[in-house]
Order: sequence, then structure tokens, then C-alpha cells
Amino acid sequence: MSLSRRFQERAERPIHRDSFVTPWPEVGLIVADSPNDPQPSLSIAAGRIVEMDGVPRERMDLLDLFIAEHAIDADMAYEAMSTPSEAIARMLVDINVPRSRIVRLVSGCTAAKLVEIVRHLNVLEMMQAFAKMRVRRTPATQAHVTNRSDNPVLLAADAAEAALRGFAENETTVGVARAAPLNALAILVGSQVGRPGVLTQCAVEEGMGLRLGIKGLTSYAETLSVYGTEQVFIDGDDTPWSKAFLASAYASRGIKVRFTSGTGSEALMGHADGRSMLYLEARCLLATRGAGSQGVQNGSISCVALPESLPGGVRAILAENLLAAMLNLEVAAGNDALASHSDIRKTAKLMCQFIPGADLIHSGFSSMPRYDNMFGGGCFDSSEYDDYLVLQRDMQIDAGLRPVREPEVLAVRERAARSIQALYLELGLPPISDAEVQAAVKASDSRDMPDRDRVTDLAAADALLASDFTLVDMVTALDRAGYSDIATAVLELGRQRVLGDYLQPAAIFDREWRVQSGLNDANDYAGPGTGYRLQGERWAEVSDLPEALPPERYLQGQGDRPSERLAELGTAASGQAPEVVIAVGPAFGRALTETIGGLPHEAVLEALIYGIAAEGLAARIVKVYHSADCAFIGYAGAQISGSGVAIGLQSRGTTVIHRRDLAPLNNLELFSMSPNLTLDSYRQIGRNAARYARGLPVTPVPVTVDNWVRLRLIVKTMLLHRRECEQVDPQRLPVELHFDWEPEV
Amino acid sequence: MKERRYPLGRHARDTVRAQSGRPLDALTLEQARAGKLSADDLRIHPDTLREQARLAAEAGWSQLAANLRRAAELADMPHERVLAIYEALRPYRVTHERLLAMAAEVETEFGAVETAALIRQAAAAYRQRGLF
Repeated sequence: MSLSRRFQERAERPIHRDSFVTPWPEVGLIVADSPNDPQPSLSIAAGRIVEMDGVPRERMDLLDLFIAEHAIDADMAYEAMSTPSEAIARMLVDINVPRSRIVRLVSGCTAAKLVEIVRHLNVLEMMQAFAKMRVRRTPATQAHVTNRSDNPVLLAADAAEAALRGFAENETTVGVARAAPLNALAILVGSQVGRPGVLTQCAVEEGMGLRLGIKGLTSYAETLSVYGTEQVFIDGDDTPWSKAFLASAYASRGIKVRFTSGTGSEALMGHADGRSMLYLEARCLLATRGAGSQGVQNGSISCVALPESLPGGVRAILAENLLAAMLNLEVAAGNDALASHSDIRKTAKLMCQFIPGADLIHSGFSSMPRYDNMFGGGCFDSSEYDDYLVLQRDMQIDAGLRPVREPEVLAVRERAARSIQALYLELGLPPISDAEVQAAVKASDSRDMPDRDRVTDLAAADALLASDFTLVDMVTALDRAGYSDIATAVLELGRQRVLGDYLQPAAIFDREWRVQSGLNDANDYAGPGTGYRLQGERWAEVSDLPEALPPERYLQGQGDRPSERLAELGTAASGQAPEVVIAVGPAFGRALTETIGGLPHEAVLEALIYGIAAEGLAARIVKVYHSADCAFIGYAGAQISGSGVAIGLQSRGTTVIHRRDLAPLNNLELFSMSPNLTLDSYRQIGRNAARYARGLPVTPVPVTVDNWVRLRLIVKTMLLHRRECEQVDPQRLPVELHFDWEPEV
Repeated sequence: MKERRYPLGRHARDTVRAQSGRPLDALTLEQARAGKLSADDLRIHPDTLREQARLAAEAGWSQLAANLRRAAELADMPHERVLAIYEALRPYRVTHERLLAMAAEVETEFGAVETAALIRQAAAAYRQRGLF
């Protein structure tokens, strides 16, 4: 409990639900620069690495041996290891040093050397380096598509929506492991409905994952996990060699492969060997490269909250992304598992990848509500799509998504649900009812779906896996069911397997099945004016938010019916009687007919006149043409007011009480928060003006202070003022108005 | 040169064949409808993997290229055989001798020289680290 309310209120903010800890290097609870991290070193004899980062060949563990054999280019090693790390760090941010030069140098670096290079970079420099070093020129991102009940109809509909929204890859996983074949099938079909060319995968145990790929149920594999210490690697039931073989096995079936690693996993699994998280990650990345994976999913992934509990955690996560890119690996950059309770913190962290761009900015943006995310919660979820789209538009950054309209979303959801229903029928899988289809179209999450018979579904999943079902069966079944376009897209996935173009680094497809990879869409960033730029049609698409209205919509209804009760009489004379002049702006009652708060001009006039009359004075109305400025309108009125007191009223409702002897920009009372003014306020303003005119004591009119109003209404304010300005005639003197109304006081 | 060869889907459609030997253009929905498309028609041919390996190597991805060459060696291998090798390479699954025997088998039966080398290297490393 805090000692003061000041501190108590802050203590209740979401950030204080995150965990923070002080470093403990001995157990690996340190993000970088553990005192136990080795110094970079490399000895080569007869073209063979005999010592690496202080470890002689005979004492090397599995990772060292594998890295020494496969990951380090011995021909580049001497140059790389003898170039000062700070010099390489500078090359990373030097636009005059091409990416290819750095890639070649890095190919000769040990893990300790890699860590030493990035040690010299701050976050800003890492972001610049990441923009230059990522493999693919065009940035993209990936979705998670899961739900708690492994509901296939909802999976298909969600996958379709995700594909429509622009995700290049959709990834599912399971609530119950046996559901994997049907989950994979659902998102494969759904994705091709939403946007042909989207790649899909299902994260499950390695052996099962390979079976799914062989059957054609997935087109990439991502969860080939590697770890930075030998013990944890073995606890993961693999070795670098089994992982390397697995990578080849996938490729042999035309399936794209991406490994997974990330800071914190070794410490979490109890065997960090006292090394820092970043050093162990550098070992993972070298093992990944050595195994011949085209890319990696890193950025801490499921352990993200652990590095983030430590000083420098977010920087270290960006550093691991950067290291992967320097090693010429495609990077799916994390931003997937829940990282913070604080929206500010998680968004600030996202910017490290969002701003420079990544091959895949998220290794899973939860395309459904967090409730249904089976990958650790979803750092960003479907509730935040619109925020993300606004950020893209704000910064003119392509972060992979596109604005969509509700009708098109519902249309692809329905088509995906219908097609999976038809496919289940053709394949003899447990039937999907029309009620399920209808529910899936509009469902927010799996709680909106009718229950399915899980026992039957899981038995069907087992049977499908055991059968000789292949991609060809999927194609023919979809075609028979009347979905020949989806059948064609699924067949094209098969044809792309035959071509193998998407086995190359950082490969994705556009909607015409044109592959974009490091070979034909290589990142050519070399400073301003180079590399990927968001422009042309894509910029127009990103800019086109459904909530961005054309300006005329803000003035809808204004001026459509000019006031018939207001008539212009002629140039206004100076008054002699004890009166209050109401001086209105040039658009009042004609080009504009309502205040910004939606009060009709006639009603506002009535309220003012009523207030003035209630204090025993008469009102005289004049229209000021020479200015649209509230102060000058009021000032002009005051000059011709018999009492010297006038109310200045802009057409948008901003009001001032002015007096002849005051400087133009001075006033008796100013009501600048016009959206908060009610007719009661205007009556009170009328009364006060009259009391000033009579020389009586006055209590200022109470006004509501709402600081959000300006934010909410600034566009409308600007447009209303512009219309008022259009009516200004600098040469024209104030005109007397007749208003057809008498107050009954 | 390499710009013109990659992607194969654009520059080499006429020459790419499926594992079954059928040309890409024969892999159509009409063929599927007629029941004339088999699973092997949608598998990648070892030659294509070797070509992708060459492309990767030329562009500077030498480890990926090695992986794709190993993949080419596995492309004609039955699925169950591939799964069995993977299983054997996992920790504590088989003996040192069994791994060496597997290496010899894939070399003689499938000409999988690079895969065999990888298995032998694994066997040596596992023995050094006591993984059998």
C-alpha cells in the first residue's frame, strides 16, 4: 500500500502487473554481457576449426561442434575475427557499406564475436541496421489462427479474414494435439478463400509436424526449436543434427522451413550455464544457419516476459532479431506472446520491429481475440487491428496489413465456413451444420459457436492422418463441392511445391502467386531514397481507413436550409438605447446553420435574446462580414452597441462578451469550448451581457471543461471555420438583422 | 544469369517436372478431375531441389544450399524412411553402430552422400558427448 494517493493511483496502472527483477548472472538471469560469457576467439588448423570462443575442439559440446562444422565460413574467419567489432558495428549503420559486405564478414564470426558487435549499438542504431539487414525488401507479417475448442468452422472463417487483412502467413496450433490434421486443413482452406497465396502451418511436435507437411496440410514449418545450451537442446528431444536433417526432410517435400529460438528459453528451462541470454541466442542462430534453415522465428517468442523483466530486455530482443538478419536469415521477429500488461510498453517494443520493417514483423499477430489464442495469449490481437492500421497510416509504414470493410470480411468468412462445410461432407468428415456456418460468420470467439462432438472430430482427425489422404484429394473434393476456385488455389500450392521457389530465403507469395524472396526481392536499403518505400497504390490502400471521412461529411446538413426567420435590413447604425448587440459571424444562419455542438442557430439566438430580455434589456442583432474571428466580431458589435456591450458569436458557437473600451483581443468573458455550450449556457451568457451593460455585478457563466473536445472535434472545427472564412467580405460594414421572434419573459 | 532463372515458376516453367516426371503444365484441375493426378505429381523433383540449391549458393546462402542438396537426396525416399532417420537422429534413440549403418544404407540405396556424411558426423558428435 502506497503512502499517498499520488503513488497509489500509479501503482494500480497495468505496468505494475508486469514482473521486474534484478540480474542474477549465475543462473542466466541477465540479457547480455554476463561475466561468464566467453571472449571471442577462433583458431583454425588445416581449414578446420580447432578452438572457438575459448573452447578447444576436444571440450566442445554438441552446439560448438555443429557450429564449428557448419555455421562458420573458415575462409572468412580470419578477416572477420580480426576486424574490430566496433568497426563492424559502424558498418551496420553506415549507408555506404552495402548489406552484402556485412553478410560476408558476419559469415566468419563466432557467437561471442556476434554479441560483441551488437554491444556497440544502441536501439536506434539497431533499428537502422535491421532496416538494412533484413532479407526481403518488402515487409510482411504473420497471423495466429487458433481457438480453444479447435472448432474447424471458426478456424476457417478466422483464417479467411486474416488472409483478407493482408497476413502473408497464417499459423495455427492445437488445444488437443490430436486435432492437428483438421486444424491444419481448416486454416489451409480458409486462408486460400481469404487471399490465394497465403502460406499456412500448424505448430505441433516435430514428428507430427513433418507428417502434416508430407500430407500437404501445411506449406511451411516454423517451430523447429533450437536452444543455446546442450542440455536444453537435448531436453527439447533433438540435436543440431536431427534438426538439420528435419530441415532437409521438409525441403525434400517442398515445404518451407523456419527455425525457432529466442532469449530466455535456456534460463527458463534451468540450464543457461551462467551465460547471458543474448550469447546463447547467438549460438542458436549459428546452429540455425548451420542447419541450412532459410530463416528463424526469434525475438524471445514465448519467453518474452523473462528478458523484459531485466534491464535492457527490449534492446536485447531487438539485438537478437538483428543478429539473425546479419546472419542472412529470414526473421519472423516475435511480437507474438504476451509481453506486457501495459499497452504503452508493448507498443513501444513493437516499434523496434515495426519502424525498421521485418520479413515478418510478428511471428503471430492474434487474428482472433486473445481469449482464443493458444500460443501464449497474443501480444496483439484482433481487438487492436484498427490501432495497428492507424499506426501504419500515421507513420507511412507498411507493416503488412490493409484496411478492410465489414461486408467484405463477413463475405469471406461465410465463404470459408461454407467451403469447409462442403469439404467435410465430401471427405466424409463429421458434418458441419448450417447453424455452425452462420455462427462462424459473425462470431467474435469460440464462445459464440455451437458445441461440436469433440470425440467424433478427434477420431476423424486420427483417421485422416492414418489415411492416404493427400493434397490431390483436397483439390478434387473442393472441386466436386463446387468450389473450383479454391480447388485451383490449393492445387497451386501443390504446384509451388513442385517448383520450390518458396524454399529460398524469406519467400512469400502475393495474390497472383508471384514469389517474393531474398533472391528476387532482395533488400537493397542503402539510405534515404532506397529500399522499400510505402508509396503509390499500396500507400493509397494503407491510407484508406474506413473511418477516414471525406471532409464534406463533417458539414453534412449545414447550410442546407438557411434560416427564414433572419432577414438582412441594411448597414447597422450605432445604437443609442441601453441595448446589447448580438454580433454574429458572416456565415451565421445561411452558409452555416448549426453550432459545432449541433445547436440550431435560431435556437441559440432565442436563448441569447431571452437572457438579455430577462435582465430587462433589448437585443439588437448585427452580422459582421469583415471578420470570421470571434474577438473581432464581438469587438465590432461593441463599437455600435448603445450600451457598449456586445456578444460576439461565431457560427460554430464560440462566444465572447465584449465591451467597447477593451482592446480587440481582450474580453469580459470568453467561451472557447463551444461544443460544451448548451442553450442554458447561451441564456446565461445573454443575462450576463445585459448585467454588464447595466453595470450590475456579474457571476461568470460556469463552463464545462473537457480537454478531449478539441481532440475529438478539431477537424470539424477547422472545416466550420473555413466555411465562415469563405463568407468574409473585408469591405462590407456590419449589417442589421431582423430576427422574427419575440421573447416572452 | 541467376536473375533470369529465378523464380523457376516464371523463367523455367517449361523445364520443371514433378517427382513423377510430369511437366508442370500437366498439373491442372482438369487432370485432377479426371483422376489423373497422383500425390507424386505434387512432389518436388530432386533435380529441381538441386537447381534451387545452385541458386541459393550463387546468391550467397551456402548452408541453405547444402540443406537443399541433402533434400534432393531425400526427395525420392519413402516418407516412412525419412521419418525413421529423423527419429534415429534424436537423442538416445539408437546406437552408434546403427547410425553408421543408416548412413551406409542411404548412401548405397539412394546415393545420399551428403546426408550420409551428416549422419556420420552426428554419430561422432553423439559419441563424443555420450548421447547413445
